[in-house]
Amino acid sequence: MTLTPAQTSGYLADKRTSSGFDLSAGVLGAVGLFLAGLIGLPLAWLAAFAFTNRQGALTLANFVDLIDDPDLFEPLLTTFNLAGLVAFFAALSAAPLAWLVARTDLPGRRAIRSLVTASFVTPPFLGAISWEILAAPNSGILNRLWREASGSNEALFNIYSFSGLVFVIACYTAPYVFVVLTNALDRIPADLEDAAGILGASRWRIVSSVTLPLVLPALLAGALVAFLQAMTLFGSPAILAIPAGFHTITTKIYALFQFPPKPEIAAAAALPLLLVTMLLLFLQGRILGRRGYAVVGGKAGDVRLLSLGAWRWPLFAVVMLVLALPLFLPYGALLKAAVSRVPAGPFDLANLTLHHVNFVFLDFSQTRRAFANTFILALATASAGTLLALFIAYMVARQGGFGGKLLEALASAPLAIPGIVLGVGLFLAYTRGPIVLYGTLWILFFAFLTIELPAAYQQMRAAFRGLHPELEEASRILGATRLVTLRRITAPLLKSGVIAGWCLIFIGVVRELSAAVILSSQNTKVLSVVIFDLNESGDLGAIAVIGVTMLLLTFAIIGFANWISGVGAEPRRAVS
Amino acid sequence: MISRRIVICAIFLCGTSAALAQSPTYAITPELEDAAKREGKLVYYTSIEVKVAEELAKAFEKRYPGIDVVVERNGAERQFSKIGQEYSSKIYNVDVVNSSDAAHFIFWKREGWLAAALPEEVAKRYPAGTFDPEGYYAAMRSSLSVMAYNTTLVPAAEAPKSFSELLEPKWRGKLVKAHPGYSGTILTATFQMARDLGWEYFEKLATQQVMQTQSSTDPPRKVIAGERPVMVDGNEYNVFLEKERGAPIEVIYPSEGTPLVVGPTGVMKNARNPNAARLFHAWSFTLEAQQVAVEKGGLRSFHPDIVEPKGRKPLAEIKLMKDDPVAVDKQVEDIKRRYVRYFKT
Repeated sequence: MTLTPAQTSGYLADKRTSSGFDLSAGVLGAVGLFLAGLIGLPLAWLAAFAFTNRQGALTLANFVDLIDDPDLFEPLLTTFNLAGLVAFFAALSAAPLAWLVARTDLPGRRAIRSLVTASFVTPPFLGAISWEILAAPNSGILNRLWREASGSNEALFNIYSFSGLVFVIACYTAPYVFVVLTNALDRIPADLEDAAGILGASRWRIVSSVTLPLVLPALLAGALVAFLQAMTLFGSPAILAIPAGFHTITTKIYALFQFPPKPEIAAAAALPLLLVTMLLLFLQGRILGRRGYAVVGGKAGDVRLLSLGAWRWPLFAVVMLVLALPLFLPYGALLKAAVSRVPAGPFDLANLTLHHVNFVFLDFSQTRRAFANTFILALATASAGTLLALFIAYMVARQGGFGGKLLEALASAPLAIPGIVLGVGLFLAYTRGPIVLYGTLWILFFAFLTIELPAAYQQMRAAFRGLHPELEEASRILGATRLVTLRRITAPLLKSGVIAGWCLIFIGVVRELSAAVILSSQNTKVLSVVIFDLNESGDLGAIAVIGVTMLLLTFAIIGFANWISGVGAEPRRAVS
Repeated sequence: MISRRIVICAIFLCGTSAALAQSPTYAITPELEDAAKREGKLVYYTSIEVKVAEELAKAFEKRYPGIDVVVERNGAERQFSKIGQEYSSKIYNVDVVNSSDAAHFIFWKREGWLAAALPEEVAKRYPAGTFDPEGYYAAMRSSLSVMAYNTTLVPAAEAPKSFSELLEPKWRGKLVKAHPGYSGTILTATFQMARDLGWEYFEKLATQQVMQTQSSTDPPRKVIAGERPVMVDGNEYNVFLEKERGAPIEVIYPSEGTPLVVGPTGVMKNARNPNAARLFHAWSFTLEAQQVAVEKGGLRSFHPDIVEPKGRKPLAEIKLMKDDPVAVDKQVEDIKRRYVRYFKT
């Protein structure tokens, strides 16, 4: 990006719709082409399958099959139902939590942020397996304790049910909403709230009529991400819905790829998901598009925390109870299963064993390779993905224009593609000439890069949107070149956002199962697939050992990344 | 480098081509061992429980140091999809394949994906009918899909003795079974039960609020955990192993007959490590390997000299349902479709 001052003449006029001649069209074009290839190639293959029959003739028969066959149509409805409920409950639980942590004097706020990050790091499929140990209707630990305590014969919770699935998915999607919301809340300066206070508004009035409207875009964005996550999730439904006796569209699509595969129907089944996502993204744009939300300007005051008074500790207790659901209970169950003969068996010495630990680290031939593969891929994807997302966000936020819009659309498009469908598209694209990548880590790298790009881009976009160009403008007016401005003004202000984006991708890769399950082969297995395989045969002990080790490593790396970001930055910007 | 390869090829051709031309039968010769060692590894796709597969691999690696066995364990149906997926994209990862769904071998043989490689020991010692006469596959193991119950939750006297008893109201919500869409064992068992008991049986069973798992290794674990006290189907070998480890589970051989599930092994024609593959294949039928499979794996063996561990009912004393992979191969889609219709999953 070499720039001359002359190129920025249009830039000062308007931050969104600048004239198009600013950045060299070449770079824009190159990135655009790369993205188009990355996303377009697998999608083109899927489209080819959705709209043709076995003989290669154009047809709509696959869609007719989809609507006609209740075995296919029902899962589709179930999925939308599921995603809607998950988004609702995730937003409902994350919003108060985020507000308490970011804007009040709740005790242990930083610790709570770290804990929510921990639940964010937990792969949903691992959470689902842990909840099996906790709340399987008969053997689940909680249900057993409940029976002992109450003398009842009935189960308290049945995790093998639709509501069980909603609950488990919401547990591990709520952190998305939380992270987006706290980032937004951190950035709202107190002067707006102060103004309301001076004009005589009560505390709660300030929250409801100043703070809430300001974070509404973030809340909507978070809920949208939760909806899309729930809609495209594969692991949790595969683990909980099959014993419960129903399908979601992702498990159905997976079933359609069982031999003999019916990729044409699967591709057709993915299309409604694509349409719904596009509609939602469009609506989000309509709702938010007209408002200006740049709130971090050069004049920003300090963030002021609301005093909770006597409510501090009761609210703290409530927060801990909420965090028990995605964290304390499942982790307790996993740790117990790791050293127990019978995972959900009684807490006594007779049930204690190191058998699973020995098996995983000494006998099981896939362990070491899967760990290496997972973390190599996570590091590589996070680094490449952050750079790519940063670049796109910069182009879109500061350039706009048609090229920017196109880049934005491309970067957001993978949101609409369930990982499992993308996996098949990539499989079709990279198992035949000219580029054969199957059997190498590259195919997983491209899959993960594609899947994680939208989230990373959203993160970067939020960072840029919250950053008013006036700071950069001031720098430019004072004579700094654009590059210097970028380095000395924009980059430091974006640092926390960039590190957050990196962590987001890293965690996303470790969590990813649906594309990996199709794309990994025996040399390129990742941990999620190994765990999924072990779950298929009910090896909960080994899963627990691998899962706990994987989480500890992930925490260590995320902690390190945040520590780096904390060096030289003010603590308030520390990423949660 | 190139010349060395040619030499290796030449050695291999001299050693085996004459034998291969006439009959698929081959023995473990020093030449085969040397050629296998030069390849240094083989990739073994199998649907045996992962711990048993690792045991077999370890025993082989001990017997032939320097040859690594890369174990890729998947449920039989997923493995079938994976190989189908890979082969239709001309990716030849797998050297030796073992599946609990014998029908897969009929498909692979028809597609021309298997090599004719019949270990001498099988040709000479194994009963007729346990291997393909043309040598494309042979029954490396067999197992039964059995019923079983949790001995702390169900007194022995009240345990069900037949499939038909499971339709009684008292077992509603108490049963667990695996899924033919994921497990080759269960696909085979479902076929045999549907043939002998009729599809009405499954239609009625589906109204009993049966818990579904994917793999046939899972129901025994659910029974032991007490999630459900009785399993309709699942691996006999898991029940054996868990019971011998002291878990509260007991096997039931239903009075209607127990489904017999034969698990053949074959060598792929496009194997990248053809010699190591043949060596492993032949070794897996020796008494040494079969004894590992029986003792450590709880499997059933067709080797005439096998010694069954105490406490396991000998195969000869169990009423079995008849194995028919050819019919399974023809009806696969129908079995899965009907099953999904009844059980909704």
